[in-house]
Amino acid sequence: MTADGAIFEGGFESPALQAAAAFRAGLEALARPGAVEEIAGCTPPDGLSVAAVALLLSLADADTPLWLPEASDEALEAWLLFHCGAPRTWSRGTASFAVGSWQALMPLTDWAAGTPDYPDRSATLIVELDAMEGGPPLALSGPGIPKEKRIAPALPLDAAEALAANAARFPLGVDLYLTVGERAMGLPRTTRVHRV
Amino acid sequence: MPKRAQHASSGEESDRAAWLGLLSRADPPLLEERLKAAKEALGGLPNWRWLRPPETGSVMLRGRIGGTGAPFNLGEMTVTRCTLSLEAGAVGHAMVPGRDRSHAERVALLDALMQDDTARKTLRQTLIDPLRQAERETATKRAGRAAATKVDFFTMVRGENT
Repeated sequence: MTADGAIFEGGFESPALQAAAAFRAGLEALARPGAVEEIAGCTPPDGLSVAAVALLLSLADADTPLWLPEASDEALEAWLLFHCGAPRTWSRGTASFAVGSWQALMPLTDWAAGTPDYPDRSATLIVELDAMEGGPPLALSGPGIPKEKRIAPALPLDAAEALAANAARFPLGVDLYLTVGERAMGLPRTTRVHRV
Repeated sequence: MPKRAQHASSGEESDRAAWLGLLSRADPPLLEERLKAAKEALGGLPNWRWLRPPETGSVMLRGRIGGTGAPFNLGEMTVTRCTLSLEAGAVGHAMVPGRDRSHAERVALLDALMQDDTARKTLRQTLIDPLRQAERETATKRAGRAAATKVDFFTMVRGENT
């Protein structure tokens, strides 16, 4: 193999500590939906945010097929294969993880939602956004949220319906992370989403 | 469905798999000794740097009973892997059994060196062939020990009702 140096560069600087910190942040994000977690400490490849890559580095491995948008180049695929070990899948139904814009990941019903016996066999989507604020306001409620939480990530207007439909399938459904730069927010399937 | 680009002809790839397997299975002290010999034959080793320093972890080994059984998890095995690149740009990978970091380093370095056509010729003579020879001898010796305990069963004619 000729060295395309960029494939091997980046990732966590001290994998043991930073992967543990990123894993903890990922857990916190899902435990407190709507709260923004800082996930830093890794050098991402071109085309992905720090938070999205840190989550993948701490969660994805050789057993978790990863879906990337069709337009993603092979360098990105090779980078993720070297650093996470996660193979790229082209079929949305078999992916354990998927990274992309909201538009690329829609509709949410494409992804593995688990089965009644094994609701954990579902996909986790990492949605790359432009901003955590300034979008249409949403009200969140459910486990991990005292009363109600207001968020306004830069999602399209119809996102609330898609997220509400995902929550309505509980215990089936997908779990989402919204990522912007070094920040991530969890939106698990247990969170009920309303448009304000 | 797009496929990953083939970076080498399949012959070249299986060749690389063969030497990676041979090097990682090799007895670490023997490999160290052969590497010293190879270093002299090559007139020194090039500079290199880590892309992924050695890290130890475990991999799940999967097995299959017979040729038709369903795969099952046989057990976990400790392995050490690392990746390095030579100044010239060649990238060497290694995954070796056990926790011997220096063994992994030597295998990755040799993997990178073996990608160079001129170095490969020298290395084949001074390192790969002796290691293959040693492996063959070990296998023959073990087969001999096992063969000594072999029991041949045969069925005697039983006094069936005639």
